[in-house]
Amino acid sequence: MRIPCPLCGERDLREFTPWGDAALMHRPGFDAGPEAAHAYLHLRENPAGPHRELSYHELGCAAWLVVTRNTLTHEVMGAALAGEGAEGGA
Amino acid sequence: MRYSGLSILRNALSGQKHWAPAWREPAPKPQYDVIIIGGGGHGLATAWYLARNHGITNVAVLERSYLGAGNSGRNTTIVRSNYHIAGNEPFYAHSLKLWEGLEQDLNYNVMMSQRGVLNLCHSDGQFDFYARRGNAMRLHGEDAVLIDREAVRGFAPYLNFRDERFPIRGGLLQPRGGTARHDAVVWGYARAADSRGVDLIQNCEVTGFRIENGRVRGVETTRGYIGAGKVGMAVAGRTSEVARMAGLRLPIESQVLQAFVTEGLKPLLPSVITYGMGHFYISQSDKGGLVFGGDIDFYNSYAARGNLPMVEHVMEAGMAMMPMIGRARVLRSWGGIADMTMDGSPIIDRTPVEGLFLDGGWCYGGFKATPASGWAFAHLLATGESHETARAFRLDRFATGHVLDEEGTGAQPNRH
Ligand SMILES: Cc1cc2nc3c(=O)[nH]c(=O)nc-3n(C[C@H](O)[C@H](O)[C@H](O)COP(=O)(O)OP(=O)(O)OC[C@H]3O[C@@H](n4cnc5c(N)ncnc54)[C@H](O)[C@@H]3O)c2cc1C
Ligand SMILES: [Zn+2]
Repeated sequence: MRIPCPLCGERDLREFTPWGDAALMHRPGFDAGPEAAHAYLHLRENPAGPHRELSYHELGCAAWLVVTRNTLTHEVMGAALAGEGAEGGA
Repeated sequence: MRYSGLSILRNALSGQKHWAPAWREPAPKPQYDVIIIGGGGHGLATAWYLARNHGITNVAVLERSYLGAGNSGRNTTIVRSNYHIAGNEPFYAHSLKLWEGLEQDLNYNVMMSQRGVLNLCHSDGQFDFYARRGNAMRLHGEDAVLIDREAVRGFAPYLNFRDERFPIRGGLLQPRGGTARHDAVVWGYARAADSRGVDLIQNCEVTGFRIENGRVRGVETTRGYIGAGKVGMAVAGRTSEVARMAGLRLPIESQVLQAFVTEGLKPLLPSVITYGMGHFYISQSDKGGLVFGGDIDFYNSYAARGNLPMVEHVMEAGMAMMPMIGRARVLRSWGGIADMTMDGSPIIDRTPVEGLFLDGGWCYGGFKATPASGWAFAHLLATGESHETARAFRLDRFATGHVLDEEGTGAQPNRH
C-alpha cells in the first residue's frame, strides 16, 4: 500500500501512522452533552468500502492527512492535507 | 451416529465408505424461534447451548459462506484465561473449564491440547505486573505460575538469552492453557447442534432486517425472507456492517490480523510462547508447523489479507525472541478481519431493537472464548438476562464509562 502525500509524493505505508476515521476531526464542543461526546469518542461508521481516515506522515513531512481508501480492496483513492479543504467524514 | 473407538474400527474395516455426513443441508423454513447470523464458532456454539441448556431447537444458523469461513477457521488457536480485569477473568475462566470438557460434551475430537501458555517478560516492572496478573488469575481459581529466567531457560533453551536490550527476566506460565484445532471446534459444534435439530444454512447471507414498531420480525437473506422470534448476530469482523442494516452504530473498527505457518518440523516448542517486547506469539501445530503471529495491521480493513510491512515486523519480532526460527521456511500466511472494540473487550448484550441481540467485538482473541460466548449468548437469547459471567460485556458501557480496557490504551482500537 502506497499513499500519495500531497507534500512528499507517493510514499510507503510504513511512513504513516493511521489514526482512525476522519470524523475525529469534528470534536464536539463542551456544551454538546455526553451523548455527543460518547458518539465522537466511541461510535464509528466502519464501512466496508471507501473510508476516509486520518493519517499522520510521521516519517515524512509530519503532516496530518485524510486518506481515502477502500477497506475491501486496500486501493488508495487519494490523500489530502487535513484541514486544508479535506473535510472530515460524517 | 456417535463417534467411538468401535465406529472408527468398523469404518476402517469397511474402507471408510459408510460414514454419514456430519450434518444435514436443510432448506430454510419460513419461521424460526431463534435465528443466529454467522456460522462461526460463536454462532454454532450458541445454537448448541440453546438446544442443550435451554431446550430451544427451532433454531437456524445463517452463514453467508461456508461454516468456519471467518476468523474461526483463520486463527492461531490459542486458548488461555490469563486476564486480570474483574469483568473479564470469570468469563475466560468459565470458558477454559468448558474447553476441558468439550470433547466429551460434543462427542467430537477438537484436539484440545493443554500444553501451556508462557508469556515472557523483560524487565522488573513487567515481572511485577505478571505477578499481579497471576495473582488475579489465582484469585479467580485459575492456574498461574511465575517463573524466573533460569526456569524459562530450562523450558526453552533456544530463546534469545543474549539480548542485552530486552533480556528475558522470567515469565508467567498458565499450564492449563494451550491450543485446539480450530476447524474441529467449528465442525464439532455444528454436528452437535444439527443433531438436536438446529438448521445450519450455508451460502445464505443476511441482507437486511424486517423491523416493525421497534421489534425485529425476521431477516432478508439471499435465500429469501425468514421470520424469527429473536435474532442474534455473531458475525465478528462484519459486525458493524450487519448491525448497520438494523440502524445501529457500534463502538467497533474492523482491522486485519495476519498469521503465518512454517513447514512441518519435529517437536520443538513445549507450549505456546509469547514475546513481551513486541507483539509476537508462537506455537507448534500437531502437524509440526510453527504457527505464529503478531500485531494487527493498524488500519481499517475488510480485505482479510494484510500488507508486507507487518509481515516484516512479525518476522523481526520472531527473530528477536527465538533466532533459530530464521532457519524455518514459511509455508503460508493469511489474514482475518478482527472486530476491534474501543476498549478491547467484547459485547454480549441486547440492542435497542427489541428481539435483536449482539455477540461481537471479539478483537483478535475470541477463539478461546468460543464455548463461554456460546453459553452466555444462548442464556441471553433464551432468558433475556445476561449470564453471570458476561454481565460486564454491556453495549452501553462505553456511554456510561464502565469500559473493560485490559491494556489501558483508551478508545484507540488499533492500539489494543
Ligand atoms: C489471524 C488471527 C489469529 C487469531 N488468533 C487467535 C488466538 O490465537 N486465540 C484466540 O482466542 N483468538 C484468536 N483470534 C480471534 C478469533 O479467531 C475470533 O475472535 C473468533 O474466531 C471469532 O469467532 P466468531 O464465530 O465470532 O466469528 P467468525 O468465525 O468470523 O464467524 C462469523 C461468521 O459470520 C459470517 N457472516 C458475516 N456476515 C454475514 C451475513 N451478513 N450473513 C450471514 N453470515 C455472515 C461470516 O462469513 C463468518 O463465517 C484470531 C483471529 C485472527 C484473524
Ligand atoms: Zn508527507
